[in-house]
Amino acid sequence: MADYKIPLRRYYASYTVGFFVFILGLGVLERHGMPPRWIGYSFLLLTILLYATIGVLARTASVSEYYVAGRRVPAVFNGMATGADWMSSASFMGLAGTLYLSGYQGLAYVMGWTGGYVLVALLLAPYLRRFGQFTVPDFLAARYGGNLARLVGVFATVLASFVYVVAQIYAVGLITSRFVGLQFEVGVFVGLAGILVCSFLGGMRAVTWTQVAQYAILIVAYLVPVTILSYQVTGIPLPQLTYGQVLQKVQVLEEGIFDEPAEVDARRLFHERADGYYERILSLPASLDQERHHLTQQINDLKSSNVQMREVAALERQRRELPTSSTEARAYWETLMRQAGQRSMEPEHHLTPFPGNGEAVNDTARLNFLSLMFCLMVGTAALPHVLTRYYTTPSVREARNSVFWSLFFILALYLTAPAYAAFAKHEIYSHLVGSSMAQLPVWVSSWGKIGMVSIEDINNDGILQLAELSFNPDVILLATPEIAGLPYVVSGLVAAGALAAALSTADGLLLTIASALAHDVYYKIFRPKATTQWRLVVSKSLLLVVAVLAASVASQKPATILFMVAWAFSLAGSAFFPALILGVFWKRATATGAVSGMIIGLASTIYYMVRVHFDSIPWLGIHGIGMEPWLGIQSTAAGVWGVAAGFLTIVVVSLFGKPPSGATQDFVESVRYPELDGS
Amino acid sequence: MRLERKQREYWRRNLRMTAFLLAIWFVVTFVVSYFARDLGGIVVLGFPLGFYMGAQGAPVIYVLIIWWYARYMNRLDREYGVSDAEAED
Repeated sequence: MADYKIPLRRYYASYTVGFFVFILGLGVLERHGMPPRWIGYSFLLLTILLYATIGVLARTASVSEYYVAGRRVPAVFNGMATGADWMSSASFMGLAGTLYLSGYQGLAYVMGWTGGYVLVALLLAPYLRRFGQFTVPDFLAARYGGNLARLVGVFATVLASFVYVVAQIYAVGLITSRFVGLQFEVGVFVGLAGILVCSFLGGMRAVTWTQVAQYAILIVAYLVPVTILSYQVTGIPLPQLTYGQVLQKVQVLEEGIFDEPAEVDARRLFHERADGYYERILSLPASLDQERHHLTQQINDLKSSNVQMREVAALERQRRELPTSSTEARAYWETLMRQAGQRSMEPEHHLTPFPGNGEAVNDTARLNFLSLMFCLMVGTAALPHVLTRYYTTPSVREARNSVFWSLFFILALYLTAPAYAAFAKHEIYSHLVGSSMAQLPVWVSSWGKIGMVSIEDINNDGILQLAELSFNPDVILLATPEIAGLPYVVSGLVAAGALAAALSTADGLLLTIASALAHDVYYKIFRPKATTQWRLVVSKSLLLVVAVLAASVASQKPATILFMVAWAFSLAGSAFFPALILGVFWKRATATGAVSGMIIGLASTIYYMVRVHFDSIPWLGIHGIGMEPWLGIQSTAAGVWGVAAGFLTIVVVSLFGKPPSGATQDFVESVRYPELDGS
Repeated sequence: MRLERKQREYWRRNLRMTAFLLAIWFVVTFVVSYFARDLGGIVVLGFPLGFYMGAQGAPVIYVLIIWWYARYMNRLDREYGVSDAEAED
């Protein structure tokens, strides 16, 4: 192993230095007048070219190399690759924004997405590595003897991973369209090309070595802006340590802003607007005609007076965009009502856990916090693309070390995310709120143009109140360089980092889906005699098909994408976690028990999610299925019920059936007990 | 597979360490978060303790748990003479 590690370290060290030199070079060129768009292009081209080069260099025709990188990945590098695999665009872009918007409540993600690794390290990674096959369904099939367990595993793998991969490709489209100016749909397919060059030729081997490269880029991109910001605000370039003081300042600012008369007034106006929409929804369909009539009248009035054409055109557009049927109008106004309602709410203090007025509200917030954390942890320990990574280490010992390195590298980002939220909040509360509407900073309008930031002077006082500002959470991270007034090259760097985060996760997920279908379904179930070469051909073709499918779904811009990412964790957790854990730690768990547990766990999670989140599914013709959440638990934490149901079912059904065969018991022992010398 | 006494002992020690570390994980994650509101009065590095644990304390403890487990098990492997050869297929 030793001779394998040394050149790798040298390669990646010089690569990282080279990347810094490249950034500095671009910085110098920007000083000399290089236009921002070119900087965007340089980052996009260079990074994708780099990933493609690694992908081509690591091409392979061996099955073991293709699925598990030949089991030769040293712990440290596997840790980095897992870090990149793990940290998706949700971590990179979404986390800082979520923490900004929800303060303490957002920490459920920080703890959930790191604490899950304790479960991976203690309960799964070493055992899966000792088992040493290719996929998670492989383990289920070996432990629960048969293709049924394998098929259920494949179904859950594909379901959870596909939802997740669509979100990644969507993020790629967003980044390329903002920073390079490509059309969203074009951006999606450019990103797709970037993903395929890595995974298509070299499978896991190429994906692993690209992910190591991507980790370096994404972590540099994440740390640079906030470190500079920390230096600007506090004089110390260690944001992780200084943001405590910044939060104290934020707390003082909150006291001043929240109860200001203009602020209270703006919230009241939004509240009235929300009430207005509520009344309109109640008096449908008459209110729709009324609204149209009202607009027409306004337009005619304006036309007869000699006012500017622009205002008339704006009203006409409003009339055109008015929904045509009352179902559409209901959905349309409900969205507007929710938006206005959100702005009318009193903002929460950043540092207060489980906020709200009244004990009952606090308790529900706490329960949701704890159960979301639980789902994220269990989901982490069950997402197949993460677990597969621990098949790639050379030994069980390396697998254990590798989990440590994974979390170590992941923490670099997760410990910094709350600092982003703190610095951004400080900046916005101290400088942006209360400034004149006419003199807002440039970043507000540039992000406003693509609908990520919206500002409305509802009380017409010409001054921005906090309630009048709303934005998409992703903006916090992407706009920090601009908020801090840094050169454009830093924005380009952040975009490259976000791209690396999305691409690396998408690589891992696509490969997982393709392996589940090619290895588990095609090879293990249909054609056990297929040749190695043919297996790889099938695997690669499936990869292509799944990738194109995911990209076409992503280019439809599905609206509930962020919800879907949280759902993926609940889905994976409830399908896999009970069956995997009991498979190792409870010999008495039977095949029937496991299969029914997986199905019931998954089904109860889906049932709860759908009924709590949707009232109707129009394309299936289902209406009025909404229900009140149990104990107030939101759909993002639906896995709480699914995991519990899964464990319960496996235990009960197993105890009613015959104990597993001797062969199965031997299998469990072979996973648990290592071969001892001299035994 | 016939189990030897040594193997059972190895597994028992593994289970004991796993249970101990999981208990720490549980307390840090769920018990501390449950009482986060009550810990607001104590201030660490400028943070209320409840917030600090969520943002930095708990994640750092997680990584230490994993580090300790890997160290303990890898030593146990050596003590019991576990052969952990590179599995090539």
